[in-house]
Amino acid sequence: MSKPQVHQFDAVIVGAGGAGLMAALHASKAIKVAVISKLYPTRSHTGTAQGGISAALANMEGETDSWEWHAYDTVKGSDYLADQDAVDVLCKEAIDAVIELEHMGLPFDRFPNGKISQRRFGGHTNNETGKPVHRACHAADRTGHMILQTLYQQCIKNQVNFYDEFQVVDLIRVGNEVRGIVAVELATGAFHIFHSKAVLFATGGWGRCWEVTSNAHSLTGDGAAICLRRGVPMEDMEFFQFHPTGIYKLGILITEGVRGEGGILLNADGERFMERYAPTIKDLASRDVVSRAIYLEIARGKGINGQNYVHLDVRPKTVNYYFEKDGESRRIDDAYIEAKLPDIADFTRTYLGIDPLKEPMPIQPTAHYAMGGIPTDVDGRVLLDTQGTTLDGMYAAGEVACVSVHGANRLGTNSLVDLVVFGRRSGKHMVEYCRHASLSPLPDGAADEVMAAFDRIRTHNGNTKPHVLRQKMQKAMTANVGVFRTAELLQNAQGILAQLQQEFQDVTIDDKGKRFNTDLLEAWELGCLLDLAEVTAVSALARTESRGGHARDDYPERDDANWLQHTFCLRTADGRYELSYKPVTIGRYQPKKRVY
Amino acid sequence: MQVLLRIRRYNPELRDKPWWGEYSLDNVAPHDTVLELLHRVKWTMDGSLSLRRSCAHGVCGSDAMRINGANALACKMLVSRLAKPGQQSLKIQVEPILGLPVLKDLIVDMEPFMEHYRSVLPYFINDSPAPANGRERLQSPEDRAIFDDTTKCILCAACTTSCPSFWANDKYVGPAAIVQAHRFIFDSRDEGAAQRLEVVGDTFGVWKCRTVFNCTNACPREIEITRAIGEVKHALTTKS
Repeated sequence: MSKPQVHQFDAVIVGAGGAGLMAALHASKAIKVAVISKLYPTRSHTGTAQGGISAALANMEGETDSWEWHAYDTVKGSDYLADQDAVDVLCKEAIDAVIELEHMGLPFDRFPNGKISQRRFGGHTNNETGKPVHRACHAADRTGHMILQTLYQQCIKNQVNFYDEFQVVDLIRVGNEVRGIVAVELATGAFHIFHSKAVLFATGGWGRCWEVTSNAHSLTGDGAAICLRRGVPMEDMEFFQFHPTGIYKLGILITEGVRGEGGILLNADGERFMERYAPTIKDLASRDVVSRAIYLEIARGKGINGQNYVHLDVRPKTVNYYFEKDGESRRIDDAYIEAKLPDIADFTRTYLGIDPLKEPMPIQPTAHYAMGGIPTDVDGRVLLDTQGTTLDGMYAAGEVACVSVHGANRLGTNSLVDLVVFGRRSGKHMVEYCRHASLSPLPDGAADEVMAAFDRIRTHNGNTKPHVLRQKMQKAMTANVGVFRTAELLQNAQGILAQLQQEFQDVTIDDKGKRFNTDLLEAWELGCLLDLAEVTAVSALARTESRGGHARDDYPERDDANWLQHTFCLRTADGRYELSYKPVTIGRYQPKKRVY
Repeated sequence: MQVLLRIRRYNPELRDKPWWGEYSLDNVAPHDTVLELLHRVKWTMDGSLSLRRSCAHGVCGSDAMRINGANALACKMLVSRLAKPGQQSLKIQVEPILGLPVLKDLIVDMEPFMEHYRSVLPYFINDSPAPANGRERLQSPEDRAIFDDTTKCILCAACTTSCPSFWANDKYVGPAAIVQAHRFIFDSRDEGAAQRLEVVGDTFGVWKCRTVFNCTNACPREIEITRAIGEVKHALTTKS
């Protein structure tokens, strides 16, 4: 094995989506930063976010709004598992963060008065009336694309150092301090060490654990799995969001913005079934509530044509009918839908041959977002235990992190808020940290372990194909660790996953070369997914209640007396999982029954 | 449906010259995408086949390639669009996009493309103070609409690598870079138009465009690229 090349920086940022780029912009003003990403930055998954980024700007004529309302909606959406001090930071700083994005040139849609246009979104309400409020700032239905492009453009302007198509494969940790990372350069297969005082993981989620997902192929939880392997616990992993409206079978996301613009969910009888599940807010209830409602409708035989899907109808005729029924003066037409939801129309036309102006769209819940992840404080500092011990120099932000602002269920648009708010805070805090910290020396052979692991996969001759294992894992997770769970299902999942971990030892690939060996990297990524799937199942089995995205058929009620706490799941050196718990930080909002 | 997938392969670790790999696939559904077929080859027949892909629904811009002689995103190209109605067997040919150095199989060196992109100052420039009330700069919906089309670009390079002028001379900045310049030149909030017009008004800028419309046809985001280039030409000829 040739020796890895060593690079030195003050801080290394891994991942070039919204959180990574926001951190890079702020940190690179003061310290020497490298951004490494396994994709070209503009390929990052932030770019697929559609509907909007919420901030209580109150731009809608005749409407009021406040960050405290946004905070309450977030806490309620989280089923009271979010830490309320962190939620205050999120919602308060959202306003300023959105303005900062606009000042960077982000082309938001505009209201006639020239201000940023805002739309309704699930769970965002006027706290006095309980009715939906216009809070989601958007650029058509490609808000994430515009955020990603704008941040990347600003990084070019500010000459940020990028290492594109470098994949992180290990974290260099000595005691309670990090000293850098190990990465593979995709083009050559060469290993590199990035030696640094601080490291930020902004590596995104792991929706690829499931069969039907809105997540990109690249969302394999690399950063989270590396942390787990280096002794960092994973927080609240049982909470994974299933977005109610994925395209049937494909999982491609159909934004909640469709319902924000008036779209309606209908069952086989043509009934607007959400009226029964959420009488006040109906189709705009929180995602966990809507996903469960869809499952229950399908379970009682009300799926369309007896299949596992329902309809999402945004035809102006339907929308206007329900506007009238609800006593709203607003009416929409075809041109409005084309202007506000162009990408959605393109997706359904391309992949389904369905014109959403003429036909309803077939949808089913799709694995979408990890509420849990690497535990951090509000400055992105990574926590090693429930007592708040930090891993010095280590930061995480964005979907891979668990602050926790999303608790048991994330509110729509808050992922983008999270990226910019906590990406920015992490970037700023790294600057402070690097000013005072010195660059500790690298341990000997810092890359040896992971290089050996890669070489073993590359040269092993067995019979197990990564693709076969991946399919088995995805089926097992969808069947057993999905929208509804029971002890029996979760134990079943654990058994299958343990077996797959065994089989993974025999994984064999075709490509024995070095250059762009994506066969090898996909195999390694499968290992990450398997680890995170196991943690998810372990954490979910232990939580004997139903809360937010974690719905247990055998424990259907929320249990605040025993479970108003965060799960920390640590993997020990001998491969066992250890669970510990940390109380939720309650602020202004006492837990109460969640009704929409 | 039966598909014979013919893929232009290249791996300098194995052979000096490129070759054609042929892969026969059964039970292909009309709604399968070319990306799904490539994954079937990679996952079940030859894991060494290398390509870039990520979101798989036409947003990230990773998998632009030449499919039956025309540029497209593999994840947005359905088999049904390549077949005639009722056709039971089909040959699909896939090659890397043209005009950029091939590194391995369908992976090309994107750096020359990104260099052209960076040359047009593809970022918001406004050094005037932001509004004193701490809020957003105002922009009318009409002003916002002028450059809406060019904000959709995902930098997939399908346009630039379908352009005969770019094939003839790779110093030409190419349609994608001009689209990016357009997005800022026509943004009422931006103050960098003069600098950008200088770049795209250069010998290797917009005047290399011969309005062949290949770029517009190739764009998976349906951006009217040739029109955008025309608008930049117009701005150059009418600027004071």
